[in-house]
Amino acid sequence: MEHASFIIGSYVVTFGSIALYVMWFLRRSRSTAQFTDEKDKPWI
Amino acid sequence: MSAAPTSMKRLVNLARIVMLKDLRAEVNSRVLVNQVAPFSVVIMILFAFALDNDGILQRVAPGLVWLATMFSMLVVVQRSFAVETADGALDALRVAGVDTRALFLGKSLALGVQLCALDVILVTTAFFLYNVQLEPSGLLVVFVTVVLACCGLGFIGTLYGGLAAGARGRETLLPLLLLPVVAPVLIGATRATEAGFKSGGAEVSEGWPWSGLLLVFAVIFGVVGSVAFGPLIDE
Amino acid sequence: MSATSTPTGTRATRVLGFATLALTVWLIVFGLFVSAEDVVQGSTVRIMYVHVPSIWVAYVAFALTAVVSAVYLSGKNRSLAWDRVAGASAEIGVLFVAISLITGSLWGRLTWGTYWVWDARLTSTAFLFITYIGYLAVRGLGGTFRQRARRSAVLALLAVLEIPLVHFSVVIWRSLHQESTVANSGTDVELDGLMLFTLFLGIVTFTMLFVWMVLHRQRGLALQDAVDSHGLDVAIEQRRQEAEVR
Repeated sequence: MEHASFIIGSYVVTFGSIALYVMWFLRRSRSTAQFTDEKDKPWI
Repeated sequence: MSAAPTSMKRLVNLARIVMLKDLRAEVNSRVLVNQVAPFSVVIMILFAFALDNDGILQRVAPGLVWLATMFSMLVVVQRSFAVETADGALDALRVAGVDTRALFLGKSLALGVQLCALDVILVTTAFFLYNVQLEPSGLLVVFVTVVLACCGLGFIGTLYGGLAAGARGRETLLPLLLLPVVAPVLIGATRATEAGFKSGGAEVSEGWPWSGLLLVFAVIFGVVGSVAFGPLIDE
Repeated sequence: MSATSTPTGTRATRVLGFATLALTVWLIVFGLFVSAEDVVQGSTVRIMYVHVPSIWVAYVAFALTAVVSAVYLSGKNRSLAWDRVAGASAEIGVLFVAISLITGSLWGRLTWGTYWVWDARLTSTAFLFITYIGYLAVRGLGGTFRQRARRSAVLALLAVLEIPLVHFSVVIWRSLHQESTVANSGTDVELDGLMLFTLFLGIVTFTMLFVWMVLHRQRGLALQDAVDSHGLDVAIEQRRQEAEVR
C-alpha cells in the first residue's frame, strides 16, 4: 500500500481520538456517579 | 415583560431613545474618538510594517480596512455593553419592561453609527497611507458599502455582545463567537470596497452586487437578532 | 464491561456497543485491505472510508443539536434532557469535524500536494468547527441549568441560520477565483461496488457509534448536573449512613 503512513495515520487519528474521548467521558461518569444515587439514573 | 404587545410606532420610538442614549454616552466619554480610532489607525500602520511592499499594500487595502474594522469592533462592542452592566442599566431596562427588540435595535444602530464613523477614518487613512485611487463613482460604492456593512455588523455585534457581556471571563468569548459570524459581511464588504478602490483591476460597477448582498445580510441579522436578543440576554 | 462499572450503561447500550465494535473491525479490514485501490487515486481513497463517515456524523450531530434545541424552546415539555442531548451531540460533532478536517487534510496532502486548500467546502468546514467550539464555550458559562439551556438553544438555532450563510458567502468568494476546479477534480471519484459498500459500511458504523456515544455522554451530563445540584447532599448522607452503621 503506497502512502501507508498517511493512510494508517488517518485511521489511527480517527479511531484513536474517538477511543480517547470515549474513555475520558466514561471515566468522568464513573467519578461523578460516586456522588449520585439511584434516582439520578432514570435509565437503569 | 410588558403586557400589551408593543406597537411599531412605540418600538421605533424606544429604539431611537436607546440609540441616542448610547450615542450620548459615547459623545460624553469620547472613547471612540480618543482610543478606538487611534488604535485602528495604528493597526493600519502596523499592516504597512508587516507587509512592507507598496504594491501589495495598495492591492490588499480593502481587506486591511475591513480587518482593522473587525478588530476595532471587538473593542467597541465590549464598550457598548460595559456601559450597561457597570451600573446594572441593562437589567434595569429589562425589569422596567422595555421591549428587548427596541433595546436590540437601538443598541445596534448606535453601534452601527460608531462603526461608520470609524470606517470613514479608516478609508481616509487607506487613501493616504496605501495610495488608494478613489474617484467619485468609487467613493459612492464605498460609502454605501460602509453604511450597509456597519448596519449588519451593528446587529451582529449587539446580538453576540449581549451574550458575552456581564460576568467575569466572558469578554474573551466575544471574538470566538463574533468572528465566524461576521465572515459573510467581511467577504462582501471587502469585495465591494475592492471594486470601489479599483484594486487589482476591479471595475467600480462590480461593487454594487456585493453591496446588495450586504443589504440582505443586514436585513437577515436585523430580523433574527431582534427575536433572539431577548432570550440570549435573559439572566 | 458490566453495567455496574459503567454508570451510564444499560443492556441496550452494551448490545449496541458490541455490535458497533464488530462493525468497526469489519470496516477497518475492508477499508485498509480488502477493498480495491482506486484507478485514479490509488490507495489514498482508503482515507475516504473514515473521512466521509466522520463529516456525515458531524452533520447529523449538529442537526440533532438544532432539532432538540428547537424542541426545548418551543415545547411545553421543558425537560432539561433535551438540553443535555443538545450539548452531548454538539460535543461529539466537534470531535468528528476535527477528525474530518485532519483526515481531509492528510488526503489533500496526498492528492493535491498541500495540507490545505482555500476551497469553499474546506473553508466552510473550518467555520463549522469554530462555530461549535463557541457553542461549547457558551455552555460552560455557568448560571442555572435553565439559563444554560435557553442560551445554548438560541445559539444552536442561530448557528443553523448562520452556517448556510457563511457557506454561501464562501462559495461566492471562491467562485471568483476559478480555483475550485482544481480542488474538485480529486474528490469526485468513480467507486466500484465493493468500494461503495465499504463507504456505506463506514457510514452505518459511524452512525451507530454516534448513537452509542450520545446515549452515554448525555447520561454522563445528567449525572454531572445531578452532582452539581445536590451532589454534596448525597455525599453527606452517605457519610452519615456509614457512621450510623459503625
